[in-house]
Amino acid sequence: MTVPTLGKDLLGLEPLTKEQIQLVLDTAEPFKEVSERTIKKVPALRGKTIVNLFFEASTRTRISFEFAEKRLSADTVNVVAAGSAVQKGETLVDTARNLEAMRIDMVVMRHPSSGAAKFLAERIPSNVINGGDGTHEHPTQALLDMLTIRDKFGRLDGLKVCICGDITHSRVARSNIWGLRKLGAEVAVCGPQSLMPGGIEGLGVTVFRRIEEAIEWADVLNILRLQLERMKAGYIPSLREYYRVFGVTLERLEQAPHDLLILHPGPMNRGVEIDSRVADGPHSVILDQVTNGVAVRMAVLYLLAGGRPELAEAAKGSGREVEE
Amino acid sequence: MKPVLLKGGRVVDPSQNHDAVADLLIVDGKVEALKKKLSAPDGAEIVDCKGKVVAPGLVDIHVHLREPGREDAETVASGARAAAAGGFTSVCAMPNTDPVTDNQAAIGFIVKQGADAGAARVYPIGATTLGQKGEQLSEFGEMVHAGAVAVSDDGHPVVSTQIMRSALEYARSFGIPVAEHCEDPYLFKHGVMHEGTVSARMGLKGIPSACEAIMVARNLLLAELTGGHMHLCHMSSRESVALIRRAKDRNVNVTAEGAPHHFALTHEATEGYDTNAKMNPPLREEADIEAVRAGLKDGTLDVIATDHAPHHYESKEREFDDAPFGVIGLETALGIGLTQLVGEGYLTLPELINRMSTEPARIFHLPAGTLRRGVAADVTVFDPEARGVVDPAAFLSKSRNTPFGGWELSGKVERTLVGGVTVFTG
Repeated sequence: MTVPTLGKDLLGLEPLTKEQIQLVLDTAEPFKEVSERTIKKVPALRGKTIVNLFFEASTRTRISFEFAEKRLSADTVNVVAAGSAVQKGETLVDTARNLEAMRIDMVVMRHPSSGAAKFLAERIPSNVINGGDGTHEHPTQALLDMLTIRDKFGRLDGLKVCICGDITHSRVARSNIWGLRKLGAEVAVCGPQSLMPGGIEGLGVTVFRRIEEAIEWADVLNILRLQLERMKAGYIPSLREYYRVFGVTLERLEQAPHDLLILHPGPMNRGVEIDSRVADGPHSVILDQVTNGVAVRMAVLYLLAGGRPELAEAAKGSGREVEE
Repeated sequence: MKPVLLKGGRVVDPSQNHDAVADLLIVDGKVEALKKKLSAPDGAEIVDCKGKVVAPGLVDIHVHLREPGREDAETVASGARAAAAGGFTSVCAMPNTDPVTDNQAAIGFIVKQGADAGAARVYPIGATTLGQKGEQLSEFGEMVHAGAVAVSDDGHPVVSTQIMRSALEYARSFGIPVAEHCEDPYLFKHGVMHEGTVSARMGLKGIPSACEAIMVARNLLLAELTGGHMHLCHMSSRESVALIRRAKDRNVNVTAEGAPHHFALTHEATEGYDTNAKMNPPLREEADIEAVRAGLKDGTLDVIATDHAPHHYESKEREFDDAPFGVIGLETALGIGLTQLVGEGYLTLPELINRMSTEPARIFHLPAGTLRRGVAADVTVFDPEARGVVDPAAFLSKSRNTPFGGWELSGKVERTLVGGVTVFTG
């Protein structure tokens, strides 16, 4: 039996196989423990240089990647670049060439344009990890969501997961749809149609236009952040009404036939897409997602650097010699 | 000037319903005779056209030659040479140059550059409104006097319904069409490709077909109101084709184009964020391709026009969102037509020539599209059977932004004559 590998880059979950996704989730398991230690550092990526290239503001994704890199002993550089639409394109081509010239090993990139990670990956020999490209994919977020769900249910196969909110502008939604479906979950999306991309049914999801229907159907709700500027752009009339009609509230969840697991990729707008009593309630795993994020990113970095999954336990440096 | 005898080719001239093996004699740059057997006058150049098609030179009423302003991407001369290489003998240059071609002096410049190029004939189109801003009409009369054959704000729609009404009415005095890029700017906003399953998957902002069809409907109603000649550019959606068909049934004064990429490619060509498949209007779905083909068959769409839109390599070498719209088409249009329309049985060869030569000349009132005795001898000779692979590096255009690179196509242009002078040999 051949052991799957991740290949050169992690650009999204659409191009991955079920086995590759499982590989990342399984490899993340042993790395969870590293963050629980007093000395949170293992030597797996010692000597590797990683650039975190962020063309868009990010707090938690960037910090999560940085922790993952540092806990694997990589050398990291953070580049925060922002610019106008025209400058962006020129910057990306030139940035790629400059990075290549500095002989780096990996790039984690967030960029406001869909397809930007692929664009970079095709132009440099280093490994590229997509930290979110436009409204296309955000694979490590979906992987950590899936790991968190798997932790609770022990499986993904056969589960019903509904992604709620602004699907049109969400890279988290697209990555979750691909990943969950490949691992056998049923996926639905829920929200006002003005925040659903035309053609979404073609991705193999059920569409709910009423949150009550979604709650009745689902085992898991993954509630997306509603960007506040969507109101001004004319997609919805008001945040107030959004909460009344689409908000995930305790009252609505109490109507459900069974308990639902609650995820949110953050940062939350309490009182807009989610009720604080739900976010902080017993079925919320929102902070587990954050914890798992570091482990998943360690797994991705380790695998792309050529680490072998069966050696992940040993790579943690528990004192034993690693034997090839 | 030496007489030329094109001998033994299959002469296809839709303007005379001619489709038979014959000889074509050109004397003093004009068609002298078209007959089954002609003898060559003294000193004539005799061209063996056996197995080849001899047709009136192709006419493309929608190209962007980028001069003045973006001479790095194309010039009038390079565009005219690319046209000749593609079998075109007349092209109409859109006015979205920098500065905009919106006055008689600018029109005169295009005419002069075209004449100097000595390749395909270049006819300028003037801007409908000053600066293509959609606010104030350009001086149609002076531009027509200087050589403009139509007006258009192509690249942008004329958003004001009142300005479009005035343009159609005012244009009637000069007998020119108003060519319009149909797009609702509010539905279009920030879109970069067709709205559908592929845009949903790629996370790209979609442009729904209704964005085009809404403006088509408006423009058809204005044509009906004014009686002016409304010409609709690059129709890409089944909804638009259906609207035009209904309007033609009630004799609205409308003509329309279909572009090769819109009958050869679907939105799936954008997979992988290929910026050479980014154009506006965008590539749509299988049913839209079928509608464009059916429209070209039944005449709902009068002509094939390329919307040849050159862009410098660097400007397409970037993220999909930021890359400019547009693909080039002059050097692939005949091959795409022969392969995708004639080869697949949608059009006969004479029907293809009609849509690429006779009809475009007729609707824009150009002295072309026919091999009648006495007309300037604009002629294209091509081998319809020869197969070749599209190699963008070999293009005479300054730009390479084609989605057809590597395609194997039928049809090789052997010779292009303009006014009896050979301007291209393949």
